[in-house]
Amino acid sequence: MPNPSLRVLATFRHWGTALPVWSGRLRKEYWPLAAQNIRAQGGRLLALWGEDRRTTEAGYLVHAAFLSETGIVRTEMIVDPATAAYPSLAAIFPGALRMERALYDLLGIRATGVNDTRPWLRHAAWPADQFPLRTDFSGEGLDIAADRDYTFLPASSPDTHEIPVGPIHAGIIEPGHFRFQVLGEEILHLEERFGYTHKGVERLFQGLDVAAGGAHLAGRISGDSTVAYAWSYAQAVEQIISMQMPERAQWLRALCLERERLANHLGDLGAIGNDAGLAFALTQFQALKEDLLRENQHYFGHRYLMDRVLPGGVAFDLTAAAIAALQGGGQALKTAVGRLQEILAEHGGLRDRVVQLGVISPERAAHLGLMGVAGRASGQAWDLRVQFPHIPYDQLQVRMATATEGDVAARMAVRFLEISESLRLQEEILQKLPDGNIYHPLDLRDAAGEGVGWVEGWRGEIFFWLRMEQGNIRHCRPQDPSWTLWPALEEAVLRDIVADFPLINKSFNLSYSGHDL
Amino acid sequence: MYRILREALRLGKAGEKPPRTQRDPASASPSCFRHSLSIRHVDAGSCNGCELELHALGGPHYGLEQAGFRFTASPRHADVLTVSGPVARHMVAALHDCHNAMPEPRRIIAIGDCACSGGVFRGSYAVMDGIAETLPVDLQIPGCPPDPDALLQGLLRVSGDRAET
Repeated sequence: MPNPSLRVLATFRHWGTALPVWSGRLRKEYWPLAAQNIRAQGGRLLALWGEDRRTTEAGYLVHAAFLSETGIVRTEMIVDPATAAYPSLAAIFPGALRMERALYDLLGIRATGVNDTRPWLRHAAWPADQFPLRTDFSGEGLDIAADRDYTFLPASSPDTHEIPVGPIHAGIIEPGHFRFQVLGEEILHLEERFGYTHKGVERLFQGLDVAAGGAHLAGRISGDSTVAYAWSYAQAVEQIISMQMPERAQWLRALCLERERLANHLGDLGAIGNDAGLAFALTQFQALKEDLLRENQHYFGHRYLMDRVLPGGVAFDLTAAAIAALQGGGQALKTAVGRLQEILAEHGGLRDRVVQLGVISPERAAHLGLMGVAGRASGQAWDLRVQFPHIPYDQLQVRMATATEGDVAARMAVRFLEISESLRLQEEILQKLPDGNIYHPLDLRDAAGEGVGWVEGWRGEIFFWLRMEQGNIRHCRPQDPSWTLWPALEEAVLRDIVADFPLINKSFNLSYSGHDL
Repeated sequence: MYRILREALRLGKAGEKPPRTQRDPASASPSCFRHSLSIRHVDAGSCNGCELELHALGGPHYGLEQAGFRFTASPRHADVLTVSGPVARHMVAALHDCHNAMPEPRRIIAIGDCACSGGVFRGSYAVMDGIAETLPVDLQIPGCPPDPDALLQGLLRVSGDRAET
């Protein structure tokens, strides 16, 4: 048990896996109490989801995963179908509110003790009295009507002006709706509305073959984080069948993950510069990113490394010549980024736009449980590669990038630091790459049980929970860090002006698809 | 300023030249589309992979604007609607609004496997299994995601051009 003071969790058992996971079932009255204990210890909520277990356990099952200093605490609780209600955690972890609203939309069980019972992921695609994650979901009455009934927070004063933005935005970005209340130029309030890209991922996973269909879908939940999702999913599968991974494959996975981080950070730095009016940065960083993507295509077989990480290993290998070429590419990138970093740091026009803009203080970041790039830029020192390193990160001594200012400039600075650290890691991985197999065939006969995956993607932690039965997927739940980070954007823009919103939004660069599932 | 100029010179011309093209006599596209397409892109539930490639297409390696093509913010300025994603049911109304706001003549391109047929999301209760279920599609560009060269070739075709051989 992680800490003796978490008494209600004392019966939890430690999974015998590479990841530190404690797991157990709670009675309903202990559900908020356990969460309070974890919060008091400085823990965070990772994910909250649910399952229809009426046929096997005579009820619905609500799951929650928390992060404590010593690892993941995974809890579950039976919910009686007669009441279909359970106590909310939103008063303890604010991020729980949207997850609980989404859980009602999908499974039809209600969190009690909160006033906000509006839908979250459901618009009008399926009837309000039907729930897609129930086993008896008929799939009838599906609709394509617009979502006209959603109630946004009413304007606080007749002097304020309301600006609706989206779901389709001006640029080439994902769909979502933002409702601003402004006084003159100043943003007084921002409310987000998502669910536009809801694709029914959780239900699609059900019954899929783990090795082919499941892995394929896992890599397409959020296309910019395909490696992190695929690796996290693979971890969950390999845990269930207690498989020992070939070491070379683990190192190659880490190489893919760091290259994914590089590509996205390069793209973001260019786009942030562009949103501040510095087109030079966009062109330069786009050129560097494109070179990296072309290397990916040439040496790994896919520009964004989709389907490179599979349960059981990886789908590619590197020759000595490829390793030498990648080392050369890394060196060149390091020099180029260094020059651009100096130019951006000295550019007065850019600094004017990004310093003290979109601030999330470390106190608010801790309250909201932030992690990933945005969390680290606000002093939240969480990086799985540092605190819970699995192979090969346990041999690489990753240096965490942090800042405390919590503004757009800090989020840029963290990205610059992480680019140079990822380049160092790439160099070290290429030097120390162990020999051996890259793939180990899976023995999935009668595979059954639960597994979790947990990988530090470029945006933040990608969490997977998987239940298998008879070699197939029974239920699978991915969790994107955007669930926790989107509410922070609502706070970050307050007191800034509308014209700065794109810049602040880009500095977070959160996922819609990974959130809407 | 000096250093910005120095870096711009160092990068020089990053891209390949766009392919030399000529009018395709078999094309049914309006002649006003030649060397001049305004593109409105709508993500109708994509995983964001196709959007990454559309961004890359606008970058210095591909010279989208050299071919006379540009992305536009308003559908009222658009000749071509590109759509990615399996068309989530929640996006259908917005997609129709966007399409209705476009002037004639106009064309619709399905970008990526999902927009062509639903891709990995095919069969879900929440998606339409591709655009063809809701709007008439003029061209499909398959791929997961289709790379910028494939996207550029598709746009050239819709503009009524073909690569010179």
